Amino acid sequence: MKALGKVHKYGDNVDTDVIIPARYLNTTDHKELAAHCMEDIDLDFINKVKDGDIMVAEANFGCGSSREHAPIALKESGISCVIAKTFARIFYRNSINIGLPIIECAEASEKIESGDEVEIDFDTGLITNKTKNETYQGQPFPEFLINIINQNGLLNSLK
Amino acid sequence: MGMTMTQKILAAHAGLEKVEAGQLIMANLDLVLGNDVTSPVAINEFNKAGFDSVFDKKKVTMVMDHFTPNKDIKAATQCKQCRDFCGHYDIENYFDVGDMGVEHALLPEKGLVVTGDLVIGADSHTCTYGALGAFSTGVGSTDMCAGMATGKAWFKVPSALKFNLTGKLNKYVSSKDVILHIIGMIGVDGALYKSMEFSGDGLKNLTVEDRLCMANMAIEAGGKNGIFAVDEKTIEFIEARSNKPYTIYEADEDAEYDEVYNIDLSKIKPTVAFPHLPENAKTFDEFGEIKIDQVVIGSCTNGRIEDLRAASEIFKDKKVANGVRCIVIPATQKIWTQAMDEGLFKIFMNAGCAVSTPTCGPCLGGHMGILAKGERAVATTNRNFVGRMGHPESEVYLASPVVAAASAITGKISQPSEVM
Ligand code: SF4
Repeated sequence: MKALGKVHKYGDNVDTDVIIPARYLNTTDHKELAAHCMEDIDLDFINKVKDGDIMVAEANFGCGSSREHAPIALKESGISCVIAKTFARIFYRNSINIGLPIIECAEASEKIESGDEVEIDFDTGLITNKTKNETYQGQPFPEFLINIINQNGLLNSLK
Repeated sequence: MGMTMTQKILAAHAGLEKVEAGQLIMANLDLVLGNDVTSPVAINEFNKAGFDSVFDKKKVTMVMDHFTPNKDIKAATQCKQCRDFCGHYDIENYFDVGDMGVEHALLPEKGLVVTGDLVIGADSHTCTYGALGAFSTGVGSTDMCAGMATGKAWFKVPSALKFNLTGKLNKYVSSKDVILHIIGMIGVDGALYKSMEFSGDGLKNLTVEDRLCMANMAIEAGGKNGIFAVDEKTIEFIEARSNKPYTIYEADEDAEYDEVYNIDLSKIKPTVAFPHLPENAKTFDEFGEIKIDQVVIGSCTNGRIEDLRAASEIFKDKKVANGVRCIVIPATQKIWTQAMDEGLFKIFMNAGCAVSTPTCGPCLGGHMGILAKGERAVATTNRNFVGRMGHPESEVYLASPVVAAASAITGKISQPSEVM
């Protein structure tokens, strides 16, 4: 499985309250959630994001609340993969459980800039920056988790 | 190599003799929790996947606390969905207006979690129950759904940080100050993917309520769970509330820790976490005058009876400063009744505070005390992220109940010594 798209870059500690503010949690509608994705730190995000785009951030991405609405909003907005130096653990498992691939790579997180075109190969963990002509080695998923992602989430994998 | 307390609980629930950090396991669950925000997502998934039963109706619980009493039509619809689901599957531990409370204050009070349990909850502060010597951790709605259906969840076995507590807290210093100090020291990702294990001689000087407040905030250091060694106080607490069988797990002598921190409780000072991260912890000698607009005393961190008693002691015969709104939110119905019986409400009302029915309310910017642009609040809650209590340009300062009360009286962030 691969992802290819343009990058939207953010910093450290992007928390789930900014990915989707609590004031919108009175709905579970994926489209409504996506419409407010990232708005507290980047009002324009939802206008500029395109299907297949990639989000890159620094340390501790997705910290805070356990709301699955956060990875759901990102996935629904069109994001095909999140790359970060590290992820908060609940966000990490939620993303895998709903089939949003995420990958840890400190080098990629440092070197990739907004607007770069990046390709990710999930089987090998290899990240290719087509704009800068660089490659970075991310952590490939263990088999246990690849299984969940390949079946597009935990619930499908239980069937 | 020995196992940590957390690893022992995980091994036992996975049917394994031994587990090591990094290992992926499937474990059996003793309790699966959801609230009015996360359960609807889980229920949608549950129905979509075509499950037609829960693994054990006594081991599933839902608490309507975030936007209740229903703040609007959408919130009402979400609660109704939970109510209908629990009715349909005969889930008795469903808590709604009239018998609810903020989930993490409610479950220990109701005796639903005991020592040695393995609990998942679709709420990040599920880590609170580590105070009782249980392994409990926050997950998302899909995990909750799978947990309700199968009684199992996958885990990556964590390594651990050990916090060796010694000494005794000074007057007007609380366990909230200790945990804010620790988060300030190790950072909001200082315990990422790890357990925070608390033990040591100083434990005997902390009540179970004190420990609940500290374990509650393990997630604010990125921790997978926070867990306290079990002592007589723990056992007394759970035996008074539950007749579920319990198991005491102790860390092995030779358990491996990534880091050991020694914390002398007598050295901890009143601490405030500045916007917009819980790690921005400062003591009063590190900042000047900061005017405030609102004070919130409540939440799963500090809405327990001990917290209300401590705050009321400060408010006695004093008034909330002009221009400051102070909202007191007892965390459960039982705490509410206790506070009423003890005459605490009279003190709060005389001081000019508003007392609310139990709810998460302003803690997550839901309702009951939202901040306008540019406003500042001192809150006994656990998060001060951008926009957490309202407008993205408002600010939340995290503090203990006595600091919150003293601040309400002076109208600026203050320690109790300034008003007592
Ligand atoms: S009181 Fe705040 S932190 Fe606790 S469960 Fe409610 S919203 Fe979450």
